[in-house]
Amino acid sequence: MDTLLSYDWFFIATSLVKTLVIIFGVILPMVSYSVYAERRVSALIQDRLGPNRVGFPTTLLGFKKDLQLFLGGLGQPIADGLKFILKEDFTPAHVNKFYFWLAPILVIVPALLTLAVLPFGSSLDFDFIFQRIFGHGFGPVKMVIADIDVGILFVFAISSLSVYGIVLAGWSSNSKYPFLGGVRSTSQMISYELSIGLSVIPLFMIFGKLNLSAIVRFQAEHGWLLFPFTNGEFTWQKIALWVPCFISFIIFMVSVFAETNRLPFDLPEAETELVAGYHTEYSSMKFALFFLAEYTAMIAGSGLVVALFLGGWHLPFIPDGAGNGGLEILHHLPNWIWGFVNIGVFFGKVSVLIIFFIWVRWTLPRFRFDQLMRLGWIWFFEIALVNIFLTAGVLALFPN
Amino acid sequence: MAYVVPRPKLTLAEKLYLPAIVAGLAITLKHFKKALFGKGNVTMQYPEQKWDASLPEHYRGAPTLVKDEHDRERCVACQLCEFICPPRAIRIKPGEIPATNKFAKVEKFPLEFDIDMIRCIYCGLCEEVCPEQAIFLRKDYSITGLTRAEMVHDKAKLYELGGVMDGLVHKWNPKK
Repeated sequence: MDTLLSYDWFFIATSLVKTLVIIFGVILPMVSYSVYAERRVSALIQDRLGPNRVGFPTTLLGFKKDLQLFLGGLGQPIADGLKFILKEDFTPAHVNKFYFWLAPILVIVPALLTLAVLPFGSSLDFDFIFQRIFGHGFGPVKMVIADIDVGILFVFAISSLSVYGIVLAGWSSNSKYPFLGGVRSTSQMISYELSIGLSVIPLFMIFGKLNLSAIVRFQAEHGWLLFPFTNGEFTWQKIALWVPCFISFIIFMVSVFAETNRLPFDLPEAETELVAGYHTEYSSMKFALFFLAEYTAMIAGSGLVVALFLGGWHLPFIPDGAGNGGLEILHHLPNWIWGFVNIGVFFGKVSVLIIFFIWVRWTLPRFRFDQLMRLGWIWFFEIALVNIFLTAGVLALFPN
Repeated sequence: MAYVVPRPKLTLAEKLYLPAIVAGLAITLKHFKKALFGKGNVTMQYPEQKWDASLPEHYRGAPTLVKDEHDRERCVACQLCEFICPPRAIRIKPGEIPATNKFAKVEKFPLEFDIDMIRCIYCGLCEEVCPEQAIFLRKDYSITGLTRAEMVHDKAKLYELGGVMDGLVHKWNPKK
């Protein structure tokens, strides 16, 4: 009883710390700086410069110049955030007030909830501190907020809910263009949800489990799904499995683009056609929530791709937070350092994917409505189905 | 004869669409790299770099008043510019030149001449209408101020911006 109580207390405390640090310390800064990255990268792609002026306002503290770190404009996200807070939060008279207020919440909450099951690191071992304070250790702490066995299914279940927010925003705005945006969002969802679900079934046939941290652990030991020879021994099965994995990756990646409403599938927003789509009537912080949700969903989607296909926190030759694997010589350093390196590796991979998202956005034109439906229903749905049988065949032909 | 536009035959690679995406990504990457190393961008960093040198001769900047070679105000306070000004930015209070003055035959001069630069639309009609060629649109384009009062150019300011222009109108010149 005594140990159980102490365990519960420790579990709750670590979960709380993980949640707060990840959301306020990592995700929200990452969101604001991916907006900055979006603006800078888009500018460079279009032969412009982008925001390069705003520094940190040290002039307010009596210094002569604003502080400019590395490259200019790093204070821009802070200025943007302040602008959103200071603007008038206007609710038009013709909207359905309750749903109008509910919609931004329904968009941001699922986006943040999906982060709960993402394994953003291996584990952190602070027993050398706990030994001093409590007299006994607690063992390494897993770097995932909720280590649940439904894992990926949880992500699918929750992330689809954000569509309700978009539809409600479009409908409650009681105006033409937001309504069209909301309707588009619905039909977009039913086009990609099927293929995104079917595209990951081959992965479960390979991994044999749904728990995301177990999936990453599997990849750390047997090599990443897309780059099978990052770890583990050479087998013919790996080479044969690479083909269905790659097909799954393409379908999953494209569907994530659709899920996060990014170009080329930003039909619900479609600035050139629908003014601003579902959030036309929104202003100030309520608009900012839609904006934050889009980028949070982008981070969550990238995190999912990293965890499923790109080996999560694993990097060859780097040991995990419990001191397993990696080069022998690196084991001289304490384990918690490698725990932090693993976290850094994960978010590094996510950042690369976000840059890829931005890169694609400023390359491809928007798909037409029927083209997206066609892509989802005629191509990806069938390819994903065939891919399941292909994987099954490969697994039967090349037993481990 | 009716001209039939041939429908393009797409190859398999074009139908797959993925190679086209890769090609597009390569193009944007090329621009990205060029701009990253400062070769591709065409943006002018405004307050540090200015385009003053490449302003055309006919550029219409802030309206100004000019004096002639005898340091005489060219303006005779006829108020034509005030009446033609579409946004009513100009306000003139005419005064009389005393009989003792060398240019007494000009009769009038502006006691006050205000141009409200918040209202001015830089159309240049004042310059067009002026029979004495006293008002010119110069190349000053960055007219800024912190108060409304600061944005009203009075006579002194207008002459300071305008300066001297000689040999345009000779009818008041006693030697000619």
